[in-house]
Amino acid sequence: MIATMGALFQPLPQEPQKLPSPSVDWLAISPVLILAGAALVLMLISSFVRGRGAAVAYAAITCLAGLGVVGVSIPLWREVQDPERGPFTTFEGAVGVDGTEVFLTVVIAASVILAALFIHDYVRREDLPRAEPFALLLLSAAGGVVMAAANDLIILFLGLEVLSIAVYVMAALHHRRLSSQEAGMKYFVLGAFSSAFFLYGIAMIYGGTGTTNLVRIVELFSTSTLTEDGLVLAGLALMLVGLGFKVAAVPFHFWTPDVYQGAPTAMVTWMASGVKVAGFAGLIRVYVLAFQAYRTDWQPMVYALAIATLVAGSILAVVQTDVKRMLAYSSIAHAGYVLVGVQAATQDGVQSALFYLGTYAFLVAGSFGVVTLVGRTGDSRHALDDYRGLGRERPVLAVLLAVFLFAQAGVPFTSGFFGKFYVISAAVDAGSVGLAIVAMLAAVVAAFLYLRIVASMYMSEPDSNSGDSGDAGDRLAGIRVPAPAGVALFLCLVVTIGIGVWPGLLTEVAQDAVPVLSALG
Amino acid sequence: MSSAFLAAAEGAGHAPDFPILTALILVPAVGALVVAAVPRSRGELHRFTAVLFSVVTAALAVYLLAAFEAGESGYQFEIDRSWVADFGISWHLGVDGISLFLVVLTAVLFPIALLGTEPHHDAKPYYAWLLLLEAGCLGVFVALDLFLFFVMFEIVLVPMYFLIGRWGYGKRVYAALKFFLFTMFGSALMLVGIVGLAFLHRDAVQDERQAEARELVAEARSDPGGVDAATEERFAELREDVPLTFDLVEIAESRTVVDDSTSANPIDWSAARWLFLAFAVAFAVKVPLFPLHTWLPDAHTEAPTAGSVILAGVLLKLGTYGLLRFGLYLFPDAASFFAPALITLGVVGIIYGAICAAMQKDLKRLVAYSSVAHLGFIVLGTFAITTQGLQGGLLQNINHGISTGALFLLVGWISDRRHTREIAALNGLQKVAPVFAAVFTVVMMSSIGLPGLNGFVGEFLVLVGSFLTARWWTVVAAAGVILAALYLLWAYQRVFHGEPEGENTGFAELTWREGLVMAPLLAAIVFLGLYPKPVLERMEPSVDRLIQHVEDNSDHEQPAVAADNGSGGADEARGSSDADVVEAEAGE
Repeated sequence: MIATMGALFQPLPQEPQKLPSPSVDWLAISPVLILAGAALVLMLISSFVRGRGAAVAYAAITCLAGLGVVGVSIPLWREVQDPERGPFTTFEGAVGVDGTEVFLTVVIAASVILAALFIHDYVRREDLPRAEPFALLLLSAAGGVVMAAANDLIILFLGLEVLSIAVYVMAALHHRRLSSQEAGMKYFVLGAFSSAFFLYGIAMIYGGTGTTNLVRIVELFSTSTLTEDGLVLAGLALMLVGLGFKVAAVPFHFWTPDVYQGAPTAMVTWMASGVKVAGFAGLIRVYVLAFQAYRTDWQPMVYALAIATLVAGSILAVVQTDVKRMLAYSSIAHAGYVLVGVQAATQDGVQSALFYLGTYAFLVAGSFGVVTLVGRTGDSRHALDDYRGLGRERPVLAVLLAVFLFAQAGVPFTSGFFGKFYVISAAVDAGSVGLAIVAMLAAVVAAFLYLRIVASMYMSEPDSNSGDSGDAGDRLAGIRVPAPAGVALFLCLVVTIGIGVWPGLLTEVAQDAVPVLSALG
Repeated sequence: MSSAFLAAAEGAGHAPDFPILTALILVPAVGALVVAAVPRSRGELHRFTAVLFSVVTAALAVYLLAAFEAGESGYQFEIDRSWVADFGISWHLGVDGISLFLVVLTAVLFPIALLGTEPHHDAKPYYAWLLLLEAGCLGVFVALDLFLFFVMFEIVLVPMYFLIGRWGYGKRVYAALKFFLFTMFGSALMLVGIVGLAFLHRDAVQDERQAEARELVAEARSDPGGVDAATEERFAELREDVPLTFDLVEIAESRTVVDDSTSANPIDWSAARWLFLAFAVAFAVKVPLFPLHTWLPDAHTEAPTAGSVILAGVLLKLGTYGLLRFGLYLFPDAASFFAPALITLGVVGIIYGAICAAMQKDLKRLVAYSSVAHLGFIVLGTFAITTQGLQGGLLQNINHGISTGALFLLVGWISDRRHTREIAALNGLQKVAPVFAAVFTVVMMSSIGLPGLNGFVGEFLVLVGSFLTARWWTVVAAAGVILAALYLLWAYQRVFHGEPEGENTGFAELTWREGLVMAPLLAAIVFLGLYPKPVLERMEPSVDRLIQHVEDNSDHEQPAVAADNGSGGADEARGSSDADVVEAEAGE
């Protein structure tokens, strides 16, 4: 680069020298382009058109963008699976496309669609700005996809920030509710703090290795070792803080319950699914792929993180009385299971983590989707007592939530069971039997929490004792299931049960979603 | 390995075209969906549909019983289809003499429980959950794949949780939660055990293949004549990756996970012992064995009558069956190593359960604690690891299912009539309801183990079998028989004898419908007491095969007296003579 710049000052030769510009594979970055483009279109429309029709258009555009991403992922997937082409990089090695990237992109797109279906009703019900939530959702998803495809730590950071900043605003979007403001503020301050850690980590890695490109880092460690690797180790630890914050791993989880509780419930469906998926995408790329050579150094860190996350997430979930907080803690515990897969640092480990993320996104979106509906106008009815008698008054909704909760608890014939099974298998295969046992025991503790909600729905006398006036019918009146939310919930149910009975549908894909850092092309 | 294939081939030999075992699981499962699909307004159809599907299932089970070939020791009606190919998980089902009668018991007990009682509210989900429970229970007994077994073992929690929690009595929510969490705790460890076992098995097979490959290479080097095609082919075969498998028969029969304390490598057998413990804890919770039993009195007492019948009759058997099939069969050496501990816990359970039962004020709780004692006998018989002990344990599984199931039904009917189960509030029922009292007496006597009724045969065999290997424990256990007579007779005396007072004067006699529900159970009680031979001779070959398997793979030798009857499954004559002895003794 410097050489070429120096050449500019020399007297011009006969023919102008050709500067090679980076080759761009447009298909490879089309998911990001679609998502970001849709966000821009949405904002444009919103400044010209008003009215009910426009509100429908926003949700429609968001869903179409999500479907579009799924659509372009198919040729990408073919390309990656094509033995002659295989995984590739573009933008001078800054963006890498491999099976894992395509897989996670599709999961993120699915989360976008689910979240959009819930948000559509929510913003109307709560009389919130109509277009902004969708634009933010799309931008945030674009950031997530960038993270999944980042082959360079700087690009990863870029994605992380695009993802996060949009989500901070989403958390604070319910401008009339103080708790939502508080959630947004808290998320922003702590999030910015953790981003700083992450950035500092990148700086350390750069200082230690002389590059921020993941492929070059792999190349470096394949041929040489560092005499002094303190910088790299510190960098790895600091980056783990940043990413641990995004996936809500203990002890970087303190924001999670407050933010999930305060933020608009429909937006939480995205925070708990898409954001977490993107965070794990970064984790897999940096740790499992780029720093495979330092496996023995970071594995214990992730091991400890996983144990803390599993244990604290499950136990703290049990003592809550607010359903949103309960699910927030349970989503922390779920991050622990994915960490168990990541910790294995093997091909199987990554596959199990991918499978878990793919199923979890639907589970958590479905759970928070039902919570959104039960919250009703004002988004405030989230106490455990608000669910009493739901089984009698709203049987379908209650069955849906029960299925999602049992799936989260890991009951057979649901996707959650196979998710846990694969993660445990990967851990046992990698020799971490202790971690597997802790994970299963944490599942028992967490089951208590899910059963509490189920018992509240089905097993409490709705009208007796307690100071509650009016019978369950009155109390639960006003729960409406709008069509888009119904579609989303049905989708979640089909995936949860479908994968639970035929896990092969997803395992085969997850197995082909091989994580690869391909050489610079 | 080869014997596994042999067993599979045997099974395939008389596999009918109709996949009867799959049907056994699917019929109730489909029934549950059908019940769920019937609209709430057509209330009368729910019960009809549920009974119909459960009766069809029972008919299938009876057909299974009839078609079962008595002399065979291997698995019959095998079916093996790949389910999750990546992990080598298959839909592998089969029955042998050990599981056959548990399948029949389950399939017969469900329609009885359905007909015997009615839910007091929300009939539709009640019947749907019961049918789903039936599917899960049958699945456990016929599964021959570790993973499939676990899935079935775990899925039964959900229907039972709802049955106790929604249709139970007093502290039902607490009892349901306790039941769910206790069992899930056990099975959480078992899942890790199953996964660990599958990986260990794969690695061991891999090692074996590598060793053989090295040998082939060495041979080829020393042999100047070059390598023939067959060797090359075999070598290529050995180079392939070993797939993971969860197949019970394959893992158990290949014995690659060294489960033998005489083995050179102590890590292998200590791994086997840890794995055995992981399985044993899960089953010990389910059985339940002494320190892990605290969920049982709550769950049994608070559950609705049908729930109690199924809990006692079927669900507890998942534990004892598991100990047999997944403890003894998979880890013979570890099982015989831990046998004294398990026998001790079983005997403690016998005495402890009996004493607790004697102290109860609630009739249902009394029956619940009596289960702890009875299940102790089964564990004692199982881990004595003798032919008679195992057979007695198996028979006692069936007996306990019949007699305790019947007892729970009767107690449920008393509670429906009197709205109380307090022993102190009941008296003189014999005067006003003599037939009811007579039925109760027969069932109670069977539970006590009166000669001529089924309980005696099972208990006798258990005591005979365990006397050979655990003499003093057997002596203590025999005292439990006396205690059983004590608490049950005492309870009977308080409830049925004397002059009826207060509301007890209006106690209704056994209705025709109740009588019809009770009839098959009474018939089974008397039949098994007088003529257990058809049952024993079907169990025998499989039991012998299991004992042989244990002896081949551990230091355990069953005493000559027990072995004297021949330990080869082919020895037909002894099967009948053995049963004849029991029969003669039972008749006295």
